[in-house]
Amino acid sequence: MSFKVLQPGLLSSIQDLGRFGQHDIGLTTGGPLDNEAFLWANRILHNAPNACAIELSFGGLQLLAQTQSYLCVTGATLDLTINGVAKALWTSHKIWPDDDIKLGYSSHGCRSYISVAGGFDITPSFGSSATVVREKVGGLTGAKLAANDCLACASIAQLPRQALAQEHRPVYGQQNSGSHDGDTVLRILPGYQHHLFDTATQTRFFHAQYTLTDRSDRMGMRLEGPAVACASQNMLSEGICLGAVQVPADGQPIVLLKDRQTIGGYPKIGAVLARDTACLAQLRPGDTLRFEAVDLYQAHTINTLSQLKFDHTPLLHLKD
Amino acid sequence: MSANQTHIAIASENSYIVYFSDPDSVQISSEVSAAIANACAQIKLHFGTKLIDLVASYASLLVIYDPNQCDHLWAKAALKVILDTPQKVSQNSGQLVEIPVFYSTEYGPELNLLAQNAGLSVEQVIDIHSATEYRVYAIGFAPGFAYLGEVDERLAAPRLATPRLKVPAGAVAIADRQTAVYPASSPGGWNLIGLCPTPMFNAQAQPHMPVSVGDRVRFMPIDEQQYLTLGGLLHEL
Repeated sequence: MSFKVLQPGLLSSIQDLGRFGQHDIGLTTGGPLDNEAFLWANRILHNAPNACAIELSFGGLQLLAQTQSYLCVTGATLDLTINGVAKALWTSHKIWPDDDIKLGYSSHGCRSYISVAGGFDITPSFGSSATVVREKVGGLTGAKLAANDCLACASIAQLPRQALAQEHRPVYGQQNSGSHDGDTVLRILPGYQHHLFDTATQTRFFHAQYTLTDRSDRMGMRLEGPAVACASQNMLSEGICLGAVQVPADGQPIVLLKDRQTIGGYPKIGAVLARDTACLAQLRPGDTLRFEAVDLYQAHTINTLSQLKFDHTPLLHLKD
Repeated sequence: MSANQTHIAIASENSYIVYFSDPDSVQISSEVSAAIANACAQIKLHFGTKLIDLVASYASLLVIYDPNQCDHLWAKAALKVILDTPQKVSQNSGQLVEIPVFYSTEYGPELNLLAQNAGLSVEQVIDIHSATEYRVYAIGFAPGFAYLGEVDERLAAPRLATPRLKVPAGAVAIADRQTAVYPASSPGGWNLIGLCPTPMFNAQAQPHMPVSVGDRVRFMPIDEQQYLTLGGLLHEL
């Protein structure tokens, strides 16, 4: 009862919601870069929110089914075919043994989530199956997926099929413009050492356009734009949260993501909301963005409303 | 120090960072570290399932809470109550852990350099490094990497200008006034002075690490034979 990896694509890894309560031994969280797309993949298949799925960056994955199941692909726009027949994303599909499942390369967004009914059955380490390659923890062997990996799962013969209607699917990349000029807007909560950045520097930061560079990975996204260095560079290492924006001496911000180090010694101007780190993770090198300051009350409202929206968005029920 | 010198700052939508000394100061103190260890225990107790994770470091504590179980107002109020409650903090809290070290100029190529810099013999450097009682100030950088301080001023040395591509697991090293044992083979720029046979991180064992933040560490010099007997491995650098 499994799916066999024929082609792993550019970067595929097993993820669940992440590894929590292990920072005291230096382990980071891992987990999906885009939580929302991950959660939809599981919800469409009636899975528990934390069921293991594959995170695929930029596409190129090919799987061979070795069991009956159902499969759903969410996230970045790419071509999905089963035995050469084009299939819809954000939709549950019946899978038979020997089905050949192919994902092309993404045209909008860059992270895709592939879940199966019941989730992949991966032995957790430190309470989670989330893969963090740098720590050699999670997944099958602590590494990204490779050809011939076998991902165990249950055999599921019958499951009501569901899909997320087009109008509820997220739009990724520069089409998702929160601003008039097409830049993606990342909402950020000023915090940490923000007071050490002088007023002119803060003003520059909140008015500047930044470009996502290709020196970006699951640890962090390096941006390029007006320098916003902070005068004080000499600080004690301290805990780093998801979305923290650290600014090294060169003044170019780095937004830290799920595979970040748990502690570090660069000044931080604040933290991007987790929802918006997901939008950031769907951008491609060369895409442009801006930061917009929010306060804790706004952040709370944004999160509560988006949780309500997720919980109450109805799924389409499909015939078999 | 008294708890009311703490300062709570926003870190993210679901985390606060508590500074236990002036955030702009880079002084390390075992008193502050003991206060942080104490606060960790209190926060775990008061937050219960509302706590997602804690990151203790030299002078700060990152508190990550579950925003589906409490909001920022509750979290900040709870932190204030905990921090404003006077704590009896003993400077020597934390268990004392003895860690064996095979000091070697062959496997610790900077041992000679540190001795030369300090105008001391290699034996004196070993004596000083192993006579000091260190505190575990932080764990991070990599799984099982414990930052220990403070190294005697005479042995303090800046990181290598060009970090090594590969430092072996168990390497004992110094950077500035910190010392550490590399838990796994990794790139690294610290000054190597010896090898430790005790695994600093073991995914299969409980606990996974021999030390926690707030513990005290003393290094015990051993010879090559003892190092091998204790399961140490020798790799060419």
